[in-house]
Amino acid sequence: MNTKKYCAVVVGLGMLTLSACGSSGGASASDSKTVTLVSHDSWAVSKSVLADFEKQSGYKVHVLKDGDAGQAVNKAVLTKDNPQGDVFFGVDNTLLSRALDNGLFQSYEAKGSDRIKPQYRVDQDKHRVTPIDSGDICVNYDKAYFSKHRLTPPQSFDDLVKPEYKNLLVTENAATSSPGLGFLLGSAARYGDDGWQGYWKKLKANGVKVVDGWEQAYNEEFSGSAGGKKAKGDRPLVVSYASSPPAEVVYADPRPKTAPTGVSYGTCFRQIEYAGLLSNARNSKGGKAFIDFLVTKEFQEDMPLNMFVYPVIEGATVPKEFTEYGPAAKDPETMAPAKIAASRDQWVKSWTSLVLK
Amino acid sequence: MDVTRTEVATRPSGARARRGNAARLGLLAVPVAFFALFFAWPVAAIVARGLRVDGVWRLGRIADVVTQSDIRHVLWFTTWQALASTALTLLVALPGAYVFARLDFPGRQVLRAVVTVPFVLPTVVVGTAFLALVGRGGLLDEVWGVRLDTTVWAILLAHVFFNYAVVVRTVGGLWAQLDPRQEEAARMLGASPLRAWRRVTLPALAPAVAAAALMVFLFTFTSFGVVQILGGPTFSTLEVEIYRQTSEIFDLSTAAVLTIVQFVAVGAILAVHAWTVRRRESALRLVDASVTARRPRGAGQWALLAGVLATVAVLLLLPLAVLVQRSLDAPDFRYYRALTGDAGDTFLVPPIDAIGNSLQYALAATAIAVVIGALAAAALARRDAGRLVRGFDALLMLPLGVSAVTVGFGFLIALDKPPLDLRQSWILVPLAQALVGVPFVVRTMLPVLRAVDARLREAAAVLGASPWRVWREVDLPLVRRALLVAAGFAFAVSLGEFGATVFIARPDNPTLPVAVARLLGRPGDLNYGQAMALSTILMVVCAVALLVLERLRTDRTGEF
Repeated sequence: MNTKKYCAVVVGLGMLTLSACGSSGGASASDSKTVTLVSHDSWAVSKSVLADFEKQSGYKVHVLKDGDAGQAVNKAVLTKDNPQGDVFFGVDNTLLSRALDNGLFQSYEAKGSDRIKPQYRVDQDKHRVTPIDSGDICVNYDKAYFSKHRLTPPQSFDDLVKPEYKNLLVTENAATSSPGLGFLLGSAARYGDDGWQGYWKKLKANGVKVVDGWEQAYNEEFSGSAGGKKAKGDRPLVVSYASSPPAEVVYADPRPKTAPTGVSYGTCFRQIEYAGLLSNARNSKGGKAFIDFLVTKEFQEDMPLNMFVYPVIEGATVPKEFTEYGPAAKDPETMAPAKIAASRDQWVKSWTSLVLK
Repeated sequence: MDVTRTEVATRPSGARARRGNAARLGLLAVPVAFFALFFAWPVAAIVARGLRVDGVWRLGRIADVVTQSDIRHVLWFTTWQALASTALTLLVALPGAYVFARLDFPGRQVLRAVVTVPFVLPTVVVGTAFLALVGRGGLLDEVWGVRLDTTVWAILLAHVFFNYAVVVRTVGGLWAQLDPRQEEAARMLGASPLRAWRRVTLPALAPAVAAAALMVFLFTFTSFGVVQILGGPTFSTLEVEIYRQTSEIFDLSTAAVLTIVQFVAVGAILAVHAWTVRRRESALRLVDASVTARRPRGAGQWALLAGVLATVAVLLLLPLAVLVQRSLDAPDFRYYRALTGDAGDTFLVPPIDAIGNSLQYALAATAIAVVIGALAAAALARRDAGRLVRGFDALLMLPLGVSAVTVGFGFLIALDKPPLDLRQSWILVPLAQALVGVPFVVRTMLPVLRAVDARLREAAAVLGASPWRVWREVDLPLVRRALLVAAGFAFAVSLGEFGATVFIARPDNPTLPVAVARLLGRPGDLNYGQAMALSTILMVVCAVALLVLERLRTDRTGEF
């Protein structure tokens, strides 16, 4: 009888657990009125713009932010046979090959993709991905530091190894950080397969500091950012984005008259983000409509102040905060996704033993 | 003596003993099922994804990976920094455990709750706060011109900062309940204070010290955020390497090998620990904690109290104060007010909502952890438990030794089909948090449960009480305190849990730590300030929750 009592308790608790799981399991992502977007944590859109899409298309948008850019891609690849959504946004040119080689996307040519500027287009024969935005990874400088020391801020990769900029630059680990990797790829694009290691040797000798992530580099070590000022950061040069200065203005209260930081335009590497229709998407019709929406003028013009990136279609107006404080680089370093795919892992490995060890 | 007692316990009648064993196995069924489903299966799935190619196991990869020199370097660093951190934490925190357990001073309860706050803060916040103490422009830098932020000392000190409460609560919890009259009796019989302490109190404390040391070792062995932020990219633990291989480099086979290596290492440590604990445990005289604490007497005790308070102030309160200061570093509580608004659509909800989410998740996780943990502890507590059952004790600790990224990715590929398609369910978050909470519940309850005088149970059993009734009327009243401490730990751990949560939490329901990390991930003063403000709120919520728990505890102790 006592044993029975035990069993009753045990079974009861078991049921409780299972029912708790069961009742809440499975979101309503599979019905045909919902489009599920899988993206990274930086995804952002104005509510009114998204509401317009929902109203016009009749679909309800469900957003699944799934970690940082790298994690989101990796998770999507892991779950590609049974995807968590219909559309994936946020795979960039440094990771594009991983997504394509693993069959993450199915073909779809977005309506209005003819408006996309030619330099951003890739995968032209299969149309598995659509370019959505671009950003530039560049060295930012602390204006106050350079005016106080009567020094011209560095303008190029070459400048960064000059003695007057010794011990001023902080960058991120290329193995773990997206801007860190971008900066490495920029140097490889600039100096070539054989030259970049020599460049990094000089950079190391010139006192470059490497930290693990962008947050730490920008908010702790860099002397020009709001966070870095509070943390008494002492590096006036940091690897960040060309759009970081506008962010310093937009997120300051009260807004300063001018950005406290500037961009060294000769150190930029162009990052392009793509979206695609996931293989095995449950609502591929809705997914297609959503990709069409991503290249509309309305969404493209809404993007900059939400995600701090630049539009990729012709004729999209960029907000004045961007034109004033952080215009896109005119002549950034670029690299074909295929080239990145072939070299990335090996470069990161060599870079790690060269710079970190 | 133990042996005879045990034999008596198993002997009242053969039928009763068998029934007891059956009941224990029944008790274990729930925790076993829970861990099989939400831990073993997902982890096995992700390891298999890495090591099985086209249906064939590639076990040769194991040898390839562990012989690489940089991997060996990682293994070595992981081990020695964990040993050093554990030793340092015990050194710094044991006097604290004594002071909080045995000395009565104003503000003791508040301070006891406050020292637990660092433990539950997300590492990203702690790293930021700690840099302000030992990094550039920090206190050490300004006073002595010493900077530790790129040395291993920063990691070791941060580990002490994090784990101080583990020792204070685990060891202090038992210390407060040890009958001081035993030590007094030894003194009366002529033993010196040191000798009395060494021969009477220390042996009684040993299981709790071992348990605390084990926890600290596990946490530091698997340290992730602290090492990443304070050690920079040059110092790397196994956990950091697993994260990099899985999440950044996407080399699942290397990650799988490292997961297995960490698994084996942690398993070995746990096995040794289980063995030492069994060697040393003995029935203790437990008394109500409220009668053991006294006002400090004599220069020695006052000096000890002053020393502990100074340590707490410098090592624990100062970094926390920096967070508060930074969150207030704008007129009119601007950062706090910004939290209620729309933060530039970083969130689908105002960041302030994260508080409600966090509390709900933490409550659910605590409920799960306490039920699962208490069932396991009740089944494991008996000395006559079989070898198999005791082995499960060590197994329960394994989730602490497995990388959150492994579990998170495992959930993603294992729990993806009906009836268990939980990938988008809210319950995943409390489940993952409970995985980390259960070991705390078990760890906190086991020493106390095992210290319950077996003769009480025997007497009850002889008088005809069923095992369930014995547990309810003998064990439960004695362990209620421990249960509450365990619940508090589980709650606090869930509240601050970051690693697994960040993989699973839905964007429209971010927890506090996830929200902090997201805000820190964006440039601009307002975002940074909001991150500091949210961290401060998280800190206050934790402190309040822990304080309420302390109150609750004293109320209940009046009952027995």
